[in-house]
Amino acid sequence: MSAEVLRAPGSTPGQWFARAVLRNGPLGGLIALVVVMAVLSRDFLNGQNLLNVGVQASVTAILAFGVTFVIVSAGIDLSVGSVAALSATVVAWSATKEGLPVWVAVLLGLAVGAVAGLLSGALVAYGRLPAFIATLAMLSVARGLALVVSGGSPIAFPSSVGRLGDTLGGWLPVPVLVMIAMGLVAALVLARTYTGRAMFAIGGNEEAARLSGIDVKRRKLVIYALSGLFAAVAGIVLAARLTSAQPQAAVGYELDAIAAVVIGGASLSGGSGKASGTLIGALILAVLRNGLNLLSVSAFWQQVATGLVIALAVLLDTLRRRSAR
Amino acid sequence: MTGVNDDVPAGGRELLRVEGVTKSFPGVRALDGVDLTLRAGEVHVLLGENGAGKSTLIKMLAGAHRPDEGRIVVDGAEVTVRSAQDAERLGIATIHQEFNLVPGLTVAENLFLGRQPRTALGLVDRRAMRARAAELLARVRLGVSPAAPVAGLGIAQLQMVEIAKALSLDARVLIMDEPTAVLTSEEVATLFGIVRELRASGVGVVFITHHLEEIAALGDRVTVLRDGRSVAEVPATTPEDDLIRLMVGRDIAEQYPRRPPEEPGAPRLRVRGLGRGGGRGERPVFTDIGFEVRAGEVVGLAGLVGAGRTEVARALFGVDRYDTGTVEVDGRELARGDVRAAMRAGLGLVPEDRKSQGLLLDASLRDNLTLARLDRDTRGGLVDRRAQRRAAAEVAERLKVRMSGLEQSARTLSGGNQQKIVIGKWLLAGARLLILDEPTRGVDVGAKVEIYQLVNELTAAGCAVLMISSDLPEVLGMSDRVLVMAQGRLVGELAGEAATQDAVMELAVRSAGGVENGNESAMEGSDVG
Repeated sequence: MSAEVLRAPGSTPGQWFARAVLRNGPLGGLIALVVVMAVLSRDFLNGQNLLNVGVQASVTAILAFGVTFVIVSAGIDLSVGSVAALSATVVAWSATKEGLPVWVAVLLGLAVGAVAGLLSGALVAYGRLPAFIATLAMLSVARGLALVVSGGSPIAFPSSVGRLGDTLGGWLPVPVLVMIAMGLVAALVLARTYTGRAMFAIGGNEEAARLSGIDVKRRKLVIYALSGLFAAVAGIVLAARLTSAQPQAAVGYELDAIAAVVIGGASLSGGSGKASGTLIGALILAVLRNGLNLLSVSAFWQQVATGLVIALAVLLDTLRRRSAR
Repeated sequence: MTGVNDDVPAGGRELLRVEGVTKSFPGVRALDGVDLTLRAGEVHVLLGENGAGKSTLIKMLAGAHRPDEGRIVVDGAEVTVRSAQDAERLGIATIHQEFNLVPGLTVAENLFLGRQPRTALGLVDRRAMRARAAELLARVRLGVSPAAPVAGLGIAQLQMVEIAKALSLDARVLIMDEPTAVLTSEEVATLFGIVRELRASGVGVVFITHHLEEIAALGDRVTVLRDGRSVAEVPATTPEDDLIRLMVGRDIAEQYPRRPPEEPGAPRLRVRGLGRGGGRGERPVFTDIGFEVRAGEVVGLAGLVGAGRTEVARALFGVDRYDTGTVEVDGRELARGDVRAAMRAGLGLVPEDRKSQGLLLDASLRDNLTLARLDRDTRGGLVDRRAQRRAAAEVAERLKVRMSGLEQSARTLSGGNQQKIVIGKWLLAGARLLILDEPTRGVDVGAKVEIYQLVNELTAAGCAVLMISSDLPEVLGMSDRVLVMAQGRLVGELAGEAATQDAVMELAVRSAGGVENGNESAMEGSDVG
């Protein structure tokens, strides 16, 4: 390979276009979906409805940001839905039933999420369990604890935290703001922190990362703890919207979160992924559900459509990558 | 497909022709008008530096890539090879450098993967499969049971299983990508015997090798690739110097440009009584290893494959444990099993397998180059990406890495340039004591010399280098002193005039041969020389 062979990449318009599509693949999908929905339903493309889509996407997106960290490092986290429910339950229980100050309750809820993630991480890093198994165990443990703490019934959410489910100035939904804030945090973590760069290294080649002085085990603790922390935030936002913490909330949300990450272009084998992609993935899922609701498609068919879109999105992404090889 | 084989060696019927084939990847034109013809009953050597396009060409013939332009002609008819199945149907079998074997299955199951003989009921006919597997293994003179799991085989044995698999396909075109890279000379002799038998039976063999002496020994014709073009087709009897010139496009001034330091500096690395026990019932991995490496010095670590050299290197660097002894760097004892402590003391390890241990293949060159200094580039909790970029650009420039840019992925570089990235990573981490494990394996001639020159620059600046190499001319040409290991022990030290290939081999072999273990893989190389 001589210097002359290695002219600047993308020197032809075709190559430039191919790269642009590859880089913006999921965004292209989102735009296409929005256009289709706008054509099919007159109610879709108005400001209020679009804000609704944002609210619907928010919990999935926040969960998915945390899961992005794990997937980039070539792991998986199946426990985030349960951990979200547990954290919200802990907040409600400690504030409403135990009478702790609300800010203490919230910190406690966040800490519970982080610790749940830390324990999964410890099982993965030090117990050498496959991430699938460790977090599957945590899925069950966290859900069980949420039921134990709440006695199986919903607990009213403290009203001051409940404002997280409201709107600012009567129109701007707070969950959307939280989603954007957490998205920015996730992007910063991925791109600019030691742990973030270590996620890519571990996911890309764990042995090479270890031989280059990355403290792989400790980083895994941090990665899973971050995922748990993001799950806790998502759980609190969800409970605020519902005005109560429900131990059976967010069942199956981990799968939506994983779907959002993968639709957003991350590879389940690790080493790639972006916060912006994950946001787009969550928005695609939300647009789809919202649009199908407007079109009065039954919930049963919506599930079918969601599955097809997940398959299609990843299929297209795979094809794009292959053609770019 | 029905043509009768005339059995004319080296001048037989044309089996395969590649005409003007071109293939581009983003940022790289891998092939740029390549021609190649292969006749029945010839061994056609494909020669070129890493990155010259050999791998792309054979992947194309194996169905993994499709040409952008040009034609592939088999038996006079143009063909399209879309998949491995297509290649198999056309009678083209490829033995890649990376083996396509399933570790959890037995040798027999691997040989007949996807084409197992069936009984009348449609179940796998295990008895027939084992019997046929045994025949194939006998043909490649591999003394393992068809029922043995592949996971337990050594790398040379895996190679032979791959060859047996290709034989089972009755291929008329056999492509072998650096089959001798991992073999001892005895195994190479066996391999050559098999290849000659195949040639006599009319098979056309495309043979890729970096060992020039193998060309005259085995080949009939040579096609030389350079920068994605086929630059010459010459007889295999062409002198080595001419082949190198064709390959590199220039003369290589001096193959081993080592000049020993006038006087070595203070001891940088001091190892004493290092030992590590083996598993249950196995001999120790290494025992009582003691040596020094001084500032400005290159110390070679020679020995047969399996002598324990890599294990010692990994233990020094804190990757693996050791049970006894001490490692001192600049007079201070190093904590055991702590890579980060070793790095803080100024150590760096360029591992033997850069793809699985050295690189993030799909990450950018910038990320790869700055990986070992990630802590240092983190300030106030944030990684200084601009500083990383600057540092990476500087070192890539200094090492003359041939790339399209720092955002290119490591996977798309040639072997020599990949190795420069791994070394560059340690330069950026500020390593002053480099352990190079097989630093030029799979690296082309031109890049080899660049790596040697770099070693010289580093030692001139006061670095110390411990170099493990199975390439004897290299380890002798580049080391100021050579340590020889055999069976987990340090068996000798040679310097100056005394350091000859014969002396090294005698130490490595005599010590290895004195041990009772009969089926040690290290024994198979007992007449390397």
